[in-house]
Amino acid sequence: MAGLKEIRTRITSVKSTRQITQAMKMVAAAKLRKNQEKILMLRPYANKLEHIMASIRQGLENDVENPLMQDRPPEKVLLILVTSNRGLCGAFNNNAIAEALEVATTEYATQWKQKQLSFFAIGKKGADFLKSKKYPMEGFNTEIFDKLDFTGVVELETHFTDLFLSGKYDRIDFIYNQFKNAAVHLLTHETFLPVVGKKEKREESGIKVDYIFEPTRDELINDLIPKTLRIQFYKVLLDSFSAEHGARMTAMHQATDNANELIKELTLHYNKARQAAITKEILDIVGGAEALKQ
Amino acid sequence: MYLEIITPEKKVFAGEVRLVQVPGTKGSFEILRNHAPIISSLQEGSVRYITKDGVEKTVELNGGVIEAKNNHIIILGEFA
Repeated sequence: MAGLKEIRTRITSVKSTRQITQAMKMVAAAKLRKNQEKILMLRPYANKLEHIMASIRQGLENDVENPLMQDRPPEKVLLILVTSNRGLCGAFNNNAIAEALEVATTEYATQWKQKQLSFFAIGKKGADFLKSKKYPMEGFNTEIFDKLDFTGVVELETHFTDLFLSGKYDRIDFIYNQFKNAAVHLLTHETFLPVVGKKEKREESGIKVDYIFEPTRDELINDLIPKTLRIQFYKVLLDSFSAEHGARMTAMHQATDNANELIKELTLHYNKARQAAITKEILDIVGGAEALKQ
Repeated sequence: MYLEIITPEKKVFAGEVRLVQVPGTKGSFEILRNHAPIISSLQEGSVRYITKDGVEKTVELNGGVIEAKNNHIIILGEFA
């Protein structure tokens, strides 16, 4: 049994650790809430955009030709791996990285072997990992999460559409953690480019509205496609960011629970040791008194 | 008429208006009550609208799209 003083020091140190994890949990919760508001703000825009897209497409037999929708055989592939800038969020980053490698070596196995597959890392953790393994990288961005707003997203999105349009990549995919709720996030792999001709639900209101289109229907669609891409991109980043904070909250909650458990155990040990010391002392005194009597 | 101006980051305005003037790609135009249904893309410029109480307001947008139908106008824009 460790000495009384040692146990006491350990209890103090565990207590201060608990204080830190508790604080980090609070911070993560606050950040999560703030980020959720952004998602809520985005929703009306995304819905209306979809609605307008549907209105334009109503009565349109086939979709227009758009270079962003060009479905080329995927010879050169870019995987965008979205991770976080900071750690202490459980398996959040490791899972995303593992999924990225999984996708690279199974779904795009041929491209991977022919060295036609590159990564782009958003978030420091993924970038560090890819760099340390010396995997082919198109680039990385770690600043976007410092101030996550639409302007930054537009810049990044333009960068990727340019890469696609110039023919440097035939396919650009995302791998990220989709936010479900604070405790649950879902690893997601989805295609960013080319734009899949989504068969959205056409407005089935029965009455066809005769719109005036300005400039023309086709130009409008071509104008709106990049907008939907930006929204998709923005949503991915917001989702990942929310999921990160959710994961951190859960991780820190667990850490706090563990600390509580440890403190309970240590206190028990401490009390036992104290009791043993007292008993020993009494025995000494009694023994001494016995000896004096004789 | 009911006007909504929405950006990805927030809802800028929602309410009853008398007049909306927007910078369409094919030239600036105004929308008054009972305008024919229209969808138009917008270029960079300012959206001007007069609320029910006669207050005139403007918002600077960096391009976007407008849909007007049944006296319900939606402007999706991005901030400059």
